[in-house]
Order: sequence, then C-alpha cells, then structure tokens
Amino acid sequence: MASGIKDKVAILGMGCSKFGERWDKEADDLMVEAYEEALADAGIETKQINAAWLSTAIEDQHVGKSGVPLAIALRLPYIPVTRVENYCASGTEAFRGAVYAVASGAADIALAMGVEKLKDTGYGGLPQRSRGVLNSMSWANFSAPGAFAQLAAAYRTKHGVAQEDIKRAMAQISVKSHDNGAKNPKAHLRNKINIDTVLGAPTVAEPLGLYDCCGVSDGAACAIVTTPEIAKSLGKHDIVSVKALQLSVSNGQEASHNSWDGSHFVTTRTASKRAYTEAGIADPRKELSLIEVHDCFSITELVTMEDLFISREGEAVKDVLDGFYNADGGVPCQIDGGLKCFGHPIGASGLRMIYEIYLQMLGRAGPRQRQDEPRLGLTHNLGGFPHQNVCSISIIGRYGV
Amino acid sequence: MTAGILAYGAYIPRLRLQRQAIATANTWFNPALKGLAKGERAICNWDEDTVTMAVEAARDCLTGIDRKSVRGLQFASTSFPFRDRLNAGIVAEALDIASHVAALDVTASQRAATSALLNALIGGGPTLLIASEKRRAKTASPHEMTNGDGAAAVLVGEGPAIARLVGSASRTADFVDHYRTDDQPFDYQWEERWIRDEGYMKLVPPVIAEALSRAGLQASDITHFIMPGTLPRIAGTIAKAAGLPETSVRDNLQAQLGETGVAHPLMLLGHTLEQAKAGDRILVVGFGQGADAIILEVTAELAKLPARAGVKGHLARRKEETSYNRYLAINDLVEIERGMRSEVDKQTPLSSLWRNRALLTSFLGGECTKCGTIQIPKSNICVNPNCNAMHSQVPHAFADKAGRINSFTADRLTFSPSPPACYGMVQFDGGGRMMLDFTDVDAEALEVGQTMRMMFRIKDHDTQRGFTRYFWKAAPAPTSAKES
Repeated sequence: MASGIKDKVAILGMGCSKFGERWDKEADDLMVEAYEEALADAGIETKQINAAWLSTAIEDQHVGKSGVPLAIALRLPYIPVTRVENYCASGTEAFRGAVYAVASGAADIALAMGVEKLKDTGYGGLPQRSRGVLNSMSWANFSAPGAFAQLAAAYRTKHGVAQEDIKRAMAQISVKSHDNGAKNPKAHLRNKINIDTVLGAPTVAEPLGLYDCCGVSDGAACAIVTTPEIAKSLGKHDIVSVKALQLSVSNGQEASHNSWDGSHFVTTRTASKRAYTEAGIADPRKELSLIEVHDCFSITELVTMEDLFISREGEAVKDVLDGFYNADGGVPCQIDGGLKCFGHPIGASGLRMIYEIYLQMLGRAGPRQRQDEPRLGLTHNLGGFPHQNVCSISIIGRYGV
Repeated sequence: MTAGILAYGAYIPRLRLQRQAIATANTWFNPALKGLAKGERAICNWDEDTVTMAVEAARDCLTGIDRKSVRGLQFASTSFPFRDRLNAGIVAEALDIASHVAALDVTASQRAATSALLNALIGGGPTLLIASEKRRAKTASPHEMTNGDGAAAVLVGEGPAIARLVGSASRTADFVDHYRTDDQPFDYQWEERWIRDEGYMKLVPPVIAEALSRAGLQASDITHFIMPGTLPRIAGTIAKAAGLPETSVRDNLQAQLGETGVAHPLMLLGHTLEQAKAGDRILVVGFGQGADAIILEVTAELAKLPARAGVKGHLARRKEETSYNRYLAINDLVEIERGMRSEVDKQTPLSSLWRNRALLTSFLGGECTKCGTIQIPKSNICVNPNCNAMHSQVPHAFADKAGRINSFTADRLTFSPSPPACYGMVQFDGGGRMMLDFTDVDAEALEVGQTMRMMFRIKDHDTQRGFTRYFWKAAPAPTSAKES
C-alpha cells in the first residue's frame, strides 16, 4: 500500500478573508486579502512560491476559467498555476494539488487559493446554472436543499426516528453553529439563534427550513505549504502538518443501483476510512480534537457524524442533542461557525476549514480556541448531491503526533 | 372483413377547475357567467399538453395489446404544441412504436377525429387514432367555462373488433361558426342561435339520415347517440329532428369534464363503450365545417377487452382546483412573477435529443446480459459493482414499470410553475432507480414506499426559443390510496 502523505508536508502559512456579502470587493480583492495574511504568516516573498493551484466552483459568475486570474491577482512570476474544480470539494482539491507538489519534490513551496464571489447573482443561494446537456434533459428539477433534504426521509425510515426528533436535532446543529459563529470576527453570520427560531422558519425543501440551510458567501482562503524541513529552516517551531488527504467520488452506484438506502454518504464512509488509515487513527471519536464538516444543510451534518464513524449508526441524533459536538463537547464540530455561519464561498470552503484547524493547532483561534490542547483535526467536504457526489477529507495535526 | 374498433382508451387530467371559481373571479365583468357556474371542467396540470395527454390515452387504449401490431398512428387536435414538428412523432417515440409506424397529424377542424376515424376504418392496417385537445379561452368567456382538456384514443383495424362499422356519411361545408388563425391564440365565435339553426340543424340531420340509409337501419335502431356540442339541449334537438330515440342521447359530460374539442367524439365513444352491450348500435357525429356520422355495432368482443382506466377511471381520478389564479398562471394567461431562478437557459440541443431519444422520449434503460441487472440510464459499463461488464446491456423498457419512493422532498426553492416541486428517488420493481420529478401529487401525502407509475410530461419550456421539452415523471399509481 502507498505510504501516504502523513507528515511529509507542513503548512507554512495560511490566510482567510472575511466571508460575507462583500458588495464592494471583486474576487481578486478577496484573494489578495487572504494572500496578505498567508504571506505574512509564512514569512516568505512571492518569488519563493514555485507552483500554485486555484479553486473555484462557479467561476462563470466571477473570475472565469483557467489559472490566469490567480496569477494576475498575485502577480505570480510565470510559475505553474492550475485551476481546479470538483464541486464543493474544490478548495480541498487545490490544497491537495499544492501538498502533492511539495511531497513529490516538484516544488519546495506551493500555494493553494480558493475563492468565490457569488453575490452578483441577484438572489440568495447557489446560482442556477446548466448541469450539462443530457443531465439538463433527464435530471429531476432538484435544488441543493431538495437533494439533501431527502436524507431526512430515508434516515427516519431506516432508523425509525420521529419527524419531531430529527427536526429538533437538526435545529440544535444550527443553533450550535450560530453560537460558534458569534465568536468569529470573519464569519458571515454572527447572530445567536434558538431552537424555536429554527423550527418556526419558512420551509425551503421539506423538511429543511431556512435555518437548516447555509447560504453562500463571498470569500477567499489561502494556504502556503512546504516540507517540514524547509519550514524549520525558515524558523518555524510549532509545525502543523498534513496527516491525510482523501477523496472519494460516486460512480453512479447510489444513483442507479438499488444497493444504497439514501440515508448516508457512501463516499464519506469510504474516504474517512482511508483517511484514518493514512493518518494512523484507530478511534476517531477519541483521537480527533475537533472537526470541520460540510454542513451545507443541518441534515448533512447529522448523518456525517455517523459517516465519519464518530457517532455510532443511528446515534447521531442523541450525540447532537447531548451536546457532544458543541464547542465544549467531546469533539467540537464547526467551532468556527461552519458553512452555516462562517459562510460558504464554495471554492474557498475546504481551505477555510483547514485554516480553522491550523489556527486551533497553533492556539491562535482567539475567543473560540478549543480548551483542551488540540492534536488532530479533520475537515470534510461534500460536493454534488447525496446520490452522486464528491467527498474530500483532510486530517491536519501537530507535526509528529 | 371490414375494419372495426379493436380497443379504446382515454385520458383526463386530474385537475378539475370548479366553474364557481371562474364565476367568482369574473361575474363582475360578465354576470351571464353565473348561468354556467355549475360543476367542473378538466384542466391540464402545468406540465401537460395535447401530446402528453395523447400518450396517456394511447397507453390506456393499448392495454393488453401487442404494440408491435400497430402500423399507423393518427393524432387529431386543433391545439398541437408544434406547428411544424410531427406531434404524432413525439407520441410514437414515447410509446416506443416509432420505428415501425407511419404517423400523421390531423387538424384544423373540430371533426378532425371523426374524419380520421372514418379514414382509419376504411384504411386497413391497425391504426392508433388519438385525439387530444387543450384549447385556450379568453378570461371571462363562455368557452373558459365549457371547454375541457382531455384525450381519447381508439385502435382501428381488421380483427376481433369490439365495434364494427355498419354505415357512415359525411359532408363538408365552409360553415364558419368559429375560427382561429395562425397568429391568434383564441377562437373568434359567431352567435350561438345562428350556429344552432343554420349549422347543426341544417347540416347534421341529413348526414345522419344518409348514414342510416347506407347501414340499412331505421333511426329507432340507434341505441346510443353521441353528439358533442355545448349549445343548450343541442343533442336532444337533433335527435328529435332525426327521429332518434330520446333515450339514445348520450350525456355530453359537460358537468364533470367539459367539451374536449376534437377529442370529444372519441371521449364520448369511450364513455359509451364502457356501458354498451353486444348488439348496441352507436351513432357518433362529428361537427365542424360539415359533419361526419358514423354508425358502429357493438360485438361480443367488447366484454373480453382487458380492464382499463378509460373515461370512467380517469373521471374518478380527480382533484378539485378552486384557485382560478393558479389556472390562469399554469395556462400562461397571466404574466406571473417567476423570479430570477426561472431565468436559467433551457436550450435543448436537438442533436442530443435525437441521440438520446431512447432514454428521453421512450424511457428505455438497460438490462445487463451478463448479470441481469436492470438499470437506467443504459450505460457502457454495468452499474452492478460485482459485474461492471462492458457493452453488455440491451434496451429495457421502464415506462410501464411500477416504482416505489425511496426518498423525497417538496422543494420551494427551485423554480416550478406550480410549487412546491416534488421529486425523489424512485426504485423500480425488478431493478433500477432514478431521481425523478413527481407530478399530480399532494406534497403532504408523500411517503417513503409509496407506489408510483410513470407518466410522459412536459419537463420545461424554453421560453426564449419556444421549445417544449418532455420527459418522464412519477405519479401516484392508480392503486395507491395516496392519490386524491
């Protein structure tokens, strides 16, 4: 078996713009905002970067295609720049490109930038767009909330959970993320809410209400990576390194073969198992200090707790209501507010999650800092729809752990 | 051996607009509408048109019949969605009979269906004749009250006929009681009393007399007299003039369906066949720029015809529509604010539509010849993870399969002309599944495990280019208690 990525690559610096409705900023403004922070954190100059990756998911709404927009925004000195897109896993894909470039020896220092400028559509939520020629003719008229909402019907049927109980657990997930987001100055949404607000909100796609859905945001996040040796030579002592990077992509089995019950993510289960092996984690519930998951919808976060093998199957509702995933719980989930409140500029989201884990590892998360000293953190993205999607997992931790 | 009617079928949309709702909205302008404000009329859902209704009527008609036996398809309507694209061709592809039938659209008169029926009866080879109508009517017009949307079909050919032709007569006359030109969306209508006195009463009785004479029958030999028309008491008045028994006059279904235009003679024929017995003689009249009179004699074969929904079954499948505003909106009679989400480009690349017609129009999937897995769409590599054989699949029909809901939602975010958009994963009996739009459902009644049947419907309209795109959707199966 491949030896994996564990401890081969270190994070030299990271940056993240403020997320939100950045009416007065262009995509390149957001990229520069994240880059300035990352560059200062890394303590290097632009000319030391050997290769770069740009992730955007809905580039036709802002920068357009190719790696050129990143190269221009940062005035990169004619180095290789590649644009990647893999639904909502795009940010983690950019990170993967940069990390693998360093691990292979092709680059000493590489950069990953994710950006999305989505608030020029004229309406809230994801932009409506073509799904491809044949898909547009044969796919159901589904939206993202409608596709993910179906997890609830299937999960309830499988585990015999009452509608009120699952709605309550879903509401608690959103309440918790708002509590956390309130402490994060870069978050899109910083208001606290309560369960009654969630349960009383208008329905978006049965059974998801307004507060069960994350919005979309403008924002950018950036990582600069290198080898642990170079990081040390540049004067870094507290080194945060990559422990695992995994990706799992649906092959049409969930959509077309009757072996999937619709209540969970086949891809998350596959990718997380591989990631734990790669990182040498035997018991994620005990070993992970905190997690950042793809809470595009509250129901997604709920079933993901089981797909990451942290809650036992059928027990996520209980763990959520017990506060196990709260900021002061056993494994804090979305300590930064998550997609729900930090925000969701799609191409940047995977890098934003890694940014938060990185800050937490270095004790730089301010009022939201995890109290027990963090050792290992996990990030998780889902792109697409439960019946056909892309799942990315990264595990980041203190070097040598 | 003369040709006869081998089978019949019908389709009536589930929504029944309450005429009182029309009156409530419009009597401020036209108080005379109060007199018509009784009962209900069938109206299409937002995703139905004459093509989709024709497909359903044809499927009903072909119950228990080998589709390979059909050689011809005629489609009659004055409200086709396409003016230059063979509408019968879409129906033929949806029925998966296109590769071996000659198909033809028949139009431009309210008697298009009866004239086509006469042609088919003398034409020989098994012909599927479908008539479907969805006429637009101006707000607050009497036709908005009296029209109904619906489709009916008959299979005509030599063989064990359920009703055989015993006589007929036709005449043509450029009698313009109403008309609609190429560039006008609505009919222009002349005075009803003139239409009755100079039109129906002078043109129809002689044609009936001639048909009776050719059949060697007396007027008193007619058991069922089918005379479409919305003028008050018109059928009874003609019956009297023609000497037909008073008891032979068939109910024109105005109370519960409305006048389904070109489809109406066949609709009433289907309704009659549901109650007729061997030896009954049925006189069907079609009126419009002349008249057709067709006399059929019911045979003992009728009792052997496999059960079908027919007119009766579809009349029972109903949901009362009390929102006149929704009727206006889904019929594009008012400019409703659809929101920016509706603005996404819906262009259909016609080359791709043709290449993918097996899936998109005929709803064919694949069956793996290696492992037997049934799947949709058909693909190069089998979806069964334990097989994954390459190029192993043969076409497999899904349109008539029952499926069960695995997961679902009612979506108020995505644009739908009639929200919420309901859809979900449907798992087919015997294998295969697909995330499908639902239609004719009540969101609050959906359940995991519910049985669904497939229906050919409008997927969306490309308003920019005037193209209608069709695909298959899941609707509650007739046996499902969930359907109201």
